[in-house]
Amino acid sequence: MAYSTLKYYYRFALLILVLSGCDSNEALSLSKKSIIYCSEGPPESFNPQTVSSGTTIDATSHQLYNRLIEFSPVDNAIIPAIAKSWHVTRDGKMITFYLRKDIQFHQTRYFMPTRALNADDVLFSFNRMLDINHEYHPISGGKYPFFQNAQLASLIDKIEKINDHTIRFRLAHADSSFLANIGGDSAVILSKEYADELVELNAMQEIDMLPIGTGPFKFKQYSSGAFIRYEPHSNYWRGKSELKQLVFDITPRDTARLTKLLAGECDVIAYPIAHEKIKQHPNLILESVISFNVGYFGFNTRKPPFNDPLVRKALSYAINKQAILEAVYTGQAEVANGIIPNSSWAYDARITSQDYSIATAQKLLTQAGYSNGFSMDLWAMPVQRSYNPDAITMAKLIQADLQKIGVEVNIVSGYEWSTFLRKVSEGEHQSVLLGWSADNPDPDNFFSSLLSCSAANTGSNRTFWCNKKFDQLIQKALKTNNINKRKAYYSKALKLINEEVPLIPIAHSKRYQARGNSVKGTVLRAIGGVDFNGVTKN
Amino acid sequence: MLIFTLRRFSLFFFTLLLLTMLSFSLSFLFPGEQLINLTGQISASPEQLAVLANEYQHHSGLLGQYISYLKHLFQGDMGYSMTSHLPISNEVLNRLPATVELASVALLVAMFVGIPVGFCAAIYHRKAADNLILTIAMIGYSIPVFWLGILAILVFSIQLGWLPSSGQISLLFEIKHITGLQLIDIILSDSPYKWQAFQDATRHLILPVIVVALAPATIFMRLARSAMLEVLDTHYIKAAKAKGLTFSQIIYRHAMRNAIIKVIRDIGLQFANLITIAMVTEVIFSWPGIGSWLIESIYQRDYTAIQGGLIVLSSFIFIVHIIIDLVYAALNPLAREPRHGT
Repeated sequence: MAYSTLKYYYRFALLILVLSGCDSNEALSLSKKSIIYCSEGPPESFNPQTVSSGTTIDATSHQLYNRLIEFSPVDNAIIPAIAKSWHVTRDGKMITFYLRKDIQFHQTRYFMPTRALNADDVLFSFNRMLDINHEYHPISGGKYPFFQNAQLASLIDKIEKINDHTIRFRLAHADSSFLANIGGDSAVILSKEYADELVELNAMQEIDMLPIGTGPFKFKQYSSGAFIRYEPHSNYWRGKSELKQLVFDITPRDTARLTKLLAGECDVIAYPIAHEKIKQHPNLILESVISFNVGYFGFNTRKPPFNDPLVRKALSYAINKQAILEAVYTGQAEVANGIIPNSSWAYDARITSQDYSIATAQKLLTQAGYSNGFSMDLWAMPVQRSYNPDAITMAKLIQADLQKIGVEVNIVSGYEWSTFLRKVSEGEHQSVLLGWSADNPDPDNFFSSLLSCSAANTGSNRTFWCNKKFDQLIQKALKTNNINKRKAYYSKALKLINEEVPLIPIAHSKRYQARGNSVKGTVLRAIGGVDFNGVTKN
Repeated sequence: MLIFTLRRFSLFFFTLLLLTMLSFSLSFLFPGEQLINLTGQISASPEQLAVLANEYQHHSGLLGQYISYLKHLFQGDMGYSMTSHLPISNEVLNRLPATVELASVALLVAMFVGIPVGFCAAIYHRKAADNLILTIAMIGYSIPVFWLGILAILVFSIQLGWLPSSGQISLLFEIKHITGLQLIDIILSDSPYKWQAFQDATRHLILPVIVVALAPATIFMRLARSAMLEVLDTHYIKAAKAKGLTFSQIIYRHAMRNAIIKVIRDIGLQFANLITIAMVTEVIFSWPGIGSWLIESIYQRDYTAIQGGLIVLSSFIFIVHIIIDLVYAALNPLAREPRHGT
């Protein structure tokens, strides 16, 4: 008995030794060539056409699919993708795309493509969204939020197939933000051959759950709410990824994501907490991108005293943006100089926001005839958004700031979000704390939606500021395709906003990500979120 | 032995009967429609509900309903989960093996550490070693498991980065679900990364196993210690001493075997305790076992899952209990027939 017990112990100890000792060379293979990304939630679908949530876009859009054109990760300019080149007619109403001939769809256990991508696939992908009589239109609910928001159905008159590798869009009217919309995360190209096969199999809804695309990774497995497993697409036209696997480990708890990062179970995590701890760690890197959004303090320019630009300008000097950044955004944002973030090509570094100066503010206020100050209402939005994580606190800070120049602020809060938006779009407010998140990197997305006269009529321009000169500038910018000319127009528009101050831009929030330093390449992008194309590990 | 076995099985039968009654009455006590609580069909149409009502004899008396419930249960039909809409039996079969794996490895570790250490304490009775072991046992027993689990993650995963903090195996390894016992599945699989997967799964096991094993190990220490002390005090040990046997001969040949018998009887009792600890540990280490699933379904108010999980888990504990009882009886004739001893 004694001998055998000892023998047991001996064997047990030997097993442990063997387990710990054999770690050296073989282990290099799988985990060193694969990436685990800890994401914040499960995707709703594997087709980004049908949803607009960031989590779904992150998980699918750039991993599984390509678009006709895409945005450069450096400056968000438009670059070729499935379309190797394109041509816009002088009147801006006809856009012709010339497709690459070497783009292969994914080969998976559920579908084997027999041909390369051609114009039929492009036609199918767009018609599914635009044509309500298309057989695939009602599949997965028949909602295509991004395209419906951009009103592409009314903009696109017709899509024509010129030949197998040429496709032409005819627009109802010129719109230079069209290209940006076509390059958006949701404008992915699906396989028509796969769709036809599913019709025959009578399994049409599978097109969105068992995806086939042309992107750098192909779908392998999805365990509902737990993980997604992707494999590299061996015939990817930009070159096969060096990774063996890409796994999305769905970890909704932020503390769990951090633990997994520190324990080496995740290579990259979304939305990290404890930034300082990550920064101090020798093997971890904290990254951020400035999102395409802006949080602002807007004035109802139809109501006195804010119908006077001088008053608005005075207030803009009195607001301590830096303090707001620290208290409300906890440093996870950048001071907004204009409504455009600096990652956009239309950003103009020469235009800076008003400095914080009580004296100047006081002087301007006296000039405007309000030397004794006045009292005003400030509406604070009742929900958290990335562009404004805590509007009530921001309102209190502004209240304190404005008190210094004799302006008394009553904070209006307590409305439910939809009521709040309705009342604000009806112009009941005197001033408001709100924000805007862009759907695509085209700068027009900020100008037209936030401050144009037409937006003032529909109520999405919460300041009701309607300036003919400004409107002409942004119209001109939309009618030309020359990027330098557009840039010049937008510069002038930004300057105009700076002079008239219909709103005070406060901050562009940042999106964070943390990763181990063995992961090389750009994962996080300002537009489009997460992209593992070209990412390696060593 | 036969009578002993039969006696155990009749006990098992009646306990199960009571359990099913409890589970059945839970479907009335939970808020909401009883039939829906029982079947988990929350989105059933009125027609489907009528079919179900017929199947479960909803219109007959309580006894009729209970008997039809038992019938479904014996066919392995425990209804559908209200959250995932999958059959409870499927979910249980997916989840239970992970718990079995964790609990059995932890039990083995607790036994192989706890019992020898307990014997040592008894051999060095009232000496420094004994006091030290008793102190450690007391501390180990008093540490709350959730605190220990979080502490283990903090030290070994976050600070030192040695061991993983969650799950059964890294997601990179694709291991087919055959038996559900991860280590065995890996050995059966034809993955080219078999050996890496095995190492990885073992690394994932270490922390949860230590956390689960600690409390039972300290109990085994104390049980083994008192069992050994009792044996050392018996006349036959004195006789052996008088014969002139060496101390190690006495311990190994006479004392140890008899002391172990006494401990084995309590292993069954400790198993229920161990499963409770394992449930908490599963939540902390995101272990995909039945415990974390059951706790999750309590959060989600998944009544069908709670009822099903309750029955499966308690019958599992009971079966293990009976097996250990039988092993004990096989090893120890005294237990089978009390007459022999007196």
